[in-house]
Amino acid sequence: MAFSLTEYAKGNVLAVQEYSILSWRGLANLFSQPRYFGDIVQQMDTIGVGSLPIVVLTGFFTGAVLALQSANSLARFGELSLTGQLVSMSMVRELGPVLTGLMVAGRNASGMASELGSMKVTEQIDAMRALGTDPTRKLVTPRLTATMFMLFFLTILSDLLGLTGGSVIATLLLRLDLNQYWTSAWQTLRYADVFMGLLKPVLFGYIIATIGCYYGLSAKGGTQGVGRATTQAVVASSVLILAVDLFVTRLLMVFMGPL
Amino acid sequence: MSEDGHNSTEKAVVFENVCLRFDEQVVLDNLSFELERGSTKVLLGVAGSGKTTILKLALGLLRPDSGRIFVLGNEVSAMRETELFELRRRIGIVFQESALFDSQSVEDNVAFRLLEEKVPAEEIQRRVSEALRFVELEHTLKLFPSELSGGMRRRVAIARAIISNPEVLLYDSPTAGLDPVTSTTIIELLVKQRDVYKTSALLVTHRLQDAFTMATHYFNPEKNKMLPVPHGWDWDSKTTFLVLNEGKKVFEGDAAEIANSDNQYIQEYLTL
Repeated sequence: MAFSLTEYAKGNVLAVQEYSILSWRGLANLFSQPRYFGDIVQQMDTIGVGSLPIVVLTGFFTGAVLALQSANSLARFGELSLTGQLVSMSMVRELGPVLTGLMVAGRNASGMASELGSMKVTEQIDAMRALGTDPTRKLVTPRLTATMFMLFFLTILSDLLGLTGGSVIATLLLRLDLNQYWTSAWQTLRYADVFMGLLKPVLFGYIIATIGCYYGLSAKGGTQGVGRATTQAVVASSVLILAVDLFVTRLLMVFMGPL
Repeated sequence: MSEDGHNSTEKAVVFENVCLRFDEQVVLDNLSFELERGSTKVLLGVAGSGKTTILKLALGLLRPDSGRIFVLGNEVSAMRETELFELRRRIGIVFQESALFDSQSVEDNVAFRLLEEKVPAEEIQRRVSEALRFVELEHTLKLFPSELSGGMRRRVAIARAIISNPEVLLYDSPTAGLDPVTSTTIIELLVKQRDVYKTSALLVTHRLQDAFTMATHYFNPEKNKMLPVPHGWDWDSKTTFLVLNEGKKVFEGDAAEIANSDNQYIQEYLTL
């Protein structure tokens, strides 16, 4: 069949429409019966507890390298003592949420897309609908709730580990005072920084789960289709996280004043 | 009773001038038929003649382009997805590839509907055992679908479909790809369901032999097996046939009528 620009455009608009409906219903389902608390807890375990190792490692090494790099620049101005502040601001406002988001996207958006995709191509999703159960309630909403909730706490953990990583470098390599590092790191943080740093993971969690579930549920064409859905889910959620990050940062700066 | 006085509450399934196409391909072309309560209709046709689509339409998993579909008096073709979930609980379906939840045990698969309805645990256990006993697979309770053979999976799917005593059962090629012995076991289960529980059913198959077995056998509860109907018995199998070709109905009638039909397509189909 010849390539048709109209069909291509229609296909894309339809995809956006279906994604929007799915992500809206995923949230709206929380406000009506039946709710699947068991599934939510199970997903929290998979997404939250399961992602602990990578989040801990990513946070630690990012904080450490951040301290190393910033010390290099700061030393040129003779402001090495600001290392704690810089690591703290960067981790809490930006790197903590974004890197945790990207890591969880890589691990869980792909997991969701492949799991739901396999269910889709083996007619298990149809079977669930046929058995009178709404797959968006049973499968999407628990994943969405769990990801938003757990990413929030994973980010806090990542921030803390990042600061710890920074402190290790600061004290062992840069010979800074540990107390001074933590005091400056702590004192530099303002309400707006923390707010920004904790709003982002909730949004990123929403993106990861809705994108992962959307690609999974729209998978077609056997195992190859599942593979394609998985890759697309990771790519789309990662790019969307970075794009949304830019806009949210700018928006919050407008509302909460330049920081 | 629907708005225009259509007496659809009496029927299990009604298709009225249903048309459906996927892209350029016509799947169903102005199809109409009725399934009486308590009876079985066998949908016959070569692969790709739209048989499976009929079952998906009846469940509301697909929507027709035009025409109306009633199931148990509800106009499925005009209902929203959220309203359909309630109705679907009164219908059981056995998918061609079984479509069991592969990450759940046989027990959880069969109990799925009851767990959703928050039935007490003891009752679930009792009914799961009962349903698995019906398909003679009680020993597989703790196994996973991947550990079962194709025929066993099909039987678990039947157990999952019948556990909530549905009013209508939809079977999608339940014997496809199985050996003759297993196929007969499954047809026996279908006959048992028809004669013991009087469930209305649509059976999709491309195996003519299964269809004739359904029409010429009855279930004897004392002997717990399917037996051929003896000559001279005044017995209504309540089983009719509907033959499809390229989305069109080419024949509808009972076993005797199909055997004596002079329609050329039917003749060819029967002699295949």
